[in-house]
Amino acid sequence: MSVTKPLPHDAAKLHVSGAARYVDDIPVPGDTLHLAFGLSQIAAGRITELTLDKVRAAPGVVAVLTADDLPFANDVSPSIHDEPLLSGRRISYLGQPIFLVVAESHLAARKAARLAQIEYQPRDAILTIEEALEADSRFEEGPRIYQKGDAGEAIDAAPHVLEGRIEMGGQEHFYLEGQAALALPQDDGEMVVHSSTQHPTEIQHKVAEAIGVPMHDVRVETRRMGGGFGGKESQGNALAVACAVAARLTGRPCKMRYDRDDDMMITGKRHDFRIDYRVGYDDEGRVQGIDFVHYTRCGWAQDLSLPVADRAMLHADNAYHLPHCRIESHRLKTNTQSATAFRGFGGPQGMLGIERVMDHIAHALGRDPLEVRRANYYRPAGEQPASAEAAPEPAPKRVAPGDEVDLASRGAVGQVPQSGLPKAPEGVQTTPYGQPVQDFILHEMTEALLESSDYAARRQRIAEWNAENPLIKRGIALTPVKFGISFTLTHLNQAGALVHVYQDGSVRMNHGGTEMGQGLFQKVAQVAASRFGVDVSAVKITATDTGKVPNTSATAASSGSDLNGMAVKAACDTIRQRMANLLAGLHQARAEDVRFADGRVTVGEADYSFAEVAKLAYENRVSLSATGYYRTPKLAWDRIKGQGRPFFYFAYGAAVTEVAVDVLTGENRILRADVLHDAGASLNPALDIGQVEGGYVQGAGWLTTEELVWDEAGRLRTHAPSTYKIPACSDRPEVFNVALWDGRNREDTIYRSKAVGEPPFMLGISALMALSDAVAACGDGSVYPALDAPATAERVLMAIRRQQGQG
Amino acid sequence: MTITFLLNGERVEVPQAAPTETLLDWLREKRRLTGTKEGCNEGDCGACTVMVREADGTARALNACILFLPQLHGKAVRTVEGMQGPDGALHPVQEAMVEKHGSQCGFCTPGFIVSMAVAHANGQRDHNDRLAGNLCRCTGYAPIVRAAEAAEAAPVPEWLEDDLTQIDPRPQDMLPETADALAAALEAHPEATIVAGATDVGLWVTKQLRELERVIFLHRCRDLQQIEVGETEIRVGAGVTIDRLHAAMQERHPSFAEMLRRYGSVQVRGAATLGGNIANGSPIGDSPPALIALGATLHLRKGDTRREMPIEEFFIDYGKQDRAPGEFVEAVTIPVQPDRLRCYKISKRFDQDISAVCGCFNIRVEDGVVAEARIAFGGMAGIPKRAAHVEKALLGQPWSEETIRAAEEAWAEDFTPMSDMRASAAYRLESARNLLLRYFHDTGDAPVLTSVLEVRA
Repeated sequence: MSVTKPLPHDAAKLHVSGAARYVDDIPVPGDTLHLAFGLSQIAAGRITELTLDKVRAAPGVVAVLTADDLPFANDVSPSIHDEPLLSGRRISYLGQPIFLVVAESHLAARKAARLAQIEYQPRDAILTIEEALEADSRFEEGPRIYQKGDAGEAIDAAPHVLEGRIEMGGQEHFYLEGQAALALPQDDGEMVVHSSTQHPTEIQHKVAEAIGVPMHDVRVETRRMGGGFGGKESQGNALAVACAVAARLTGRPCKMRYDRDDDMMITGKRHDFRIDYRVGYDDEGRVQGIDFVHYTRCGWAQDLSLPVADRAMLHADNAYHLPHCRIESHRLKTNTQSATAFRGFGGPQGMLGIERVMDHIAHALGRDPLEVRRANYYRPAGEQPASAEAAPEPAPKRVAPGDEVDLASRGAVGQVPQSGLPKAPEGVQTTPYGQPVQDFILHEMTEALLESSDYAARRQRIAEWNAENPLIKRGIALTPVKFGISFTLTHLNQAGALVHVYQDGSVRMNHGGTEMGQGLFQKVAQVAASRFGVDVSAVKITATDTGKVPNTSATAASSGSDLNGMAVKAACDTIRQRMANLLAGLHQARAEDVRFADGRVTVGEADYSFAEVAKLAYENRVSLSATGYYRTPKLAWDRIKGQGRPFFYFAYGAAVTEVAVDVLTGENRILRADVLHDAGASLNPALDIGQVEGGYVQGAGWLTTEELVWDEAGRLRTHAPSTYKIPACSDRPEVFNVALWDGRNREDTIYRSKAVGEPPFMLGISALMALSDAVAACGDGSVYPALDAPATAERVLMAIRRQQGQG
Repeated sequence: MTITFLLNGERVEVPQAAPTETLLDWLREKRRLTGTKEGCNEGDCGACTVMVREADGTARALNACILFLPQLHGKAVRTVEGMQGPDGALHPVQEAMVEKHGSQCGFCTPGFIVSMAVAHANGQRDHNDRLAGNLCRCTGYAPIVRAAEAAEAAPVPEWLEDDLTQIDPRPQDMLPETADALAAALEAHPEATIVAGATDVGLWVTKQLRELERVIFLHRCRDLQQIEVGETEIRVGAGVTIDRLHAAMQERHPSFAEMLRRYGSVQVRGAATLGGNIANGSPIGDSPPALIALGATLHLRKGDTRREMPIEEFFIDYGKQDRAPGEFVEAVTIPVQPDRLRCYKISKRFDQDISAVCGCFNIRVEDGVVAEARIAFGGMAGIPKRAAHVEKALLGQPWSEETIRAAEEAWAEDFTPMSDMRASAAYRLESARNLLLRYFHDTGDAPVLTSVLEVRA
């Protein structure tokens, strides 16, 4: 069977030969126009005078548009319509698009965009957490609070109490292919849009609104992205809408791609967080009660910030049973880029909070943090009572006529389950939001990883090294990951597929997922090939297309292969069943006895090639085309109460990282990482390991070298790779052992696999905790390092100074 | 100007080439060779890497986004499309990348393929260094390095052997062939912008969108590209690229070479020149502090008039150098000396990052006493600058930790660094001070391990 095979990425040969096409590589008609935005140079205030004469007069300029020139909706928000394509008078951040230049070339558009004369009346920008709190500048009416038990009482009653704070920076996606879109006007008002997007339906919806047509007049196609990481879930809206509006206006194809600096100045990034904690624990380090306060800078528009901040709360426990827990979350509105989805979607931030707490408790007790972590783990799956009550299906939601919410966006407001939430079975440990944890496998995974990484002996050797070396200290840490899989906006957990079989037995497959490098298309093709019993080469993978599969959810939340794999399976099985019924009739056999394997279809003594069966089906007037549909079962979630089962299951992983730090400069590097990750029964181990390796390095980058710096005026100073440093080749761990945990998903997912896109990102937390361990070795052990992220050389040196009683 | 070069084995002539049209734009827009990608348009990501071979056979990986067409005159360019054989056969590094799962989103992949193919052609196996100029956001690099290793032993495909004899690059205006011709051209056009490797001027064009009225390219002046090792001094021509300087310093001043290993990336070091790194006057250029610490002399030329000065005197103030219009940097001479030099580059990322602080130390100790001290820093002031007060505080003192600690106050007299996105002023000052301690431990009788780059798991 094709599934479980470590096949290369479906486009690998195109990648290596430069033949894989991205949006900017698509051949365009000769009269194509090119677009660029003129950007605000202040963070907050009003435009008092906008003079665009020089822009209009610049060579090659065809048109210049401001907010007043837009024919329909001036809105590219994926949530509450608070994100105009062009600013109008009011300026909300430095880098905000004010006007749109339409020109004969990319360079002409960029040059003209800099010629505007703009008078501003600035006001004090709200940039920091303090400033936002003081001004009560926030999204939602107040902080969101989830709780379980009575955290305050449990903390007070605990033998030990400590409190602390961790600050963690945001992160630029740095997809290698910048944002890009191309709009091709058709006859009768239709628009075809090629977009580098994780969410073609969202693009379709926003473009339709912007050019005043029903969604059926807009077709969006996405063959592949040069990286997404969440940065192309909503951030491509502006370019696609701009292209469509300009194409409608001029009747000519319009293309827009951001120059890298523009991309970094305009688009949202990972949310930065501050987390305050107060925890009560016993002599073993077991948490009795814990109180978290999350503060996050969401930027100027709501975008997807509510579900991001929700997911941070939902991962405040990570792998640990917190009997009494309170989490308060402040979603602060600031005059900076609108923070957006980024791999993990708040999960990493929430998880880092509790990992800091574990590290801090261990330091206070003088124990190996590993022991404290294990003492707090949820009980093993085998020791939990099984069979949680299935969630009742939520009652259908009524949408009022004229309700223009973007239903397919994670920024939409979710329905509240009407028929109550499931109750956890007696004796089962639950998360702070009441979901039973019944698939917990980290005890055995941790044990296996400790063995394979030789943790105990290395910890000993590191202690010896640190005793002997005054200027270079080493550290080591193991951190676990438990990540919830499903969109927390329950209705997004659905997918569709369209599968055709042709007379020659070749298969053309389409689904709602998008390909951004993760290998989704290949995995799903492997599913299709397996259903038909043919080689994967018989399955043609095609571009995501809103004209083929409608109403798709974003390829996000790690859901791609879970949802689309199941939808494709359903479509294939429909066709297969029709074929089986046909053959059963012809051979007086039972349909279930027809076998599809190795490119052959057999029933009793009869043996056909798959192509022969396709031909036979056609001749017998049996349809060879089918749609497939899937929706994730068992989900019920109330995000206001913070109660229910938002996740179908959890994905697990653990990493051991060893680092070295320079006592004199704070320079640091990762020496070795050992990773064990749970992908269930992997659909493609090679692609899954690729996700794990890449996720680890990206996660470690977030916490070490990747630093976003804004100045006092609100200008992002790190807006290019010259100043914003993602990991380079030599930053990966020199010794890097990655393995997949051999197990099947307990839930009925596609071939019992597990989602693997986001969870490995959080394995990188072990790097920060290893740095904390190394810094602690720079003093007498009396001071907790309290290392913030990103742990640049500078932050590490400051932490070392605190160890030495300075600073 | 008419520019002639080989493109994927085929002779091309670009008549009336605009002096600042980049190879990347030309490839993508005029030739529809879209395999070469634009990732950052400033030479930092490597997605646009192309192979450029010179008449002497040297093959380099360069960033097409900041490579102006005139820089290719008389050379052979291969893009990712030119890595496959005429029959479509994959290059060994392409095959290995498929086999080892080295591509995910695929956007950076063409650049990696070219960098890997260049290293493969040159027999270079220091993959971390060879690939430091190519960023990948998907894979975490591990499978890419596995692919590079897997292809090491494969023979170099014969189709990569470009025959440069068929080009016949005609001399062109603004492309002088000798230093004399350059001097004459600059006398005639003192307002012209001088371009050597374009790793800095390239960004004036791609990022600041500046129109450069007149550009004079000096990369064809062979006589500016000589390294002459004499009895008392080493003379390095202004047109010597950083990769060649790196090689030249490996034996004599290995710490300088180690710092140059981290200067930019392969693509940058293959284009950038020593003269450019000095003449642009950047306070964060990495070669000036080392040259100051070595007591190097700068040689300037205007027409037939030459003058020289200790290199530190060239840097007058931020953005201001002692160079007259029409004058150019001709060479640097470094006194031959026993190696006491240590160069320490502090940056957020080890590879391909601009220094927050670059400190270079050259201290001579006689009978336990500091007899001579030359200490210079980049990133600590508006210019590359000597730590004169610190040097003075050390001179004549016993070479000890006590002396170093006693000199602590002097640092603030020498430097009042600024805070920016690379580091705070406090960090700059503190790490600079600590680097003197590192130098002490590095050069002592019982050396102590001082670099995390030398630690292995």
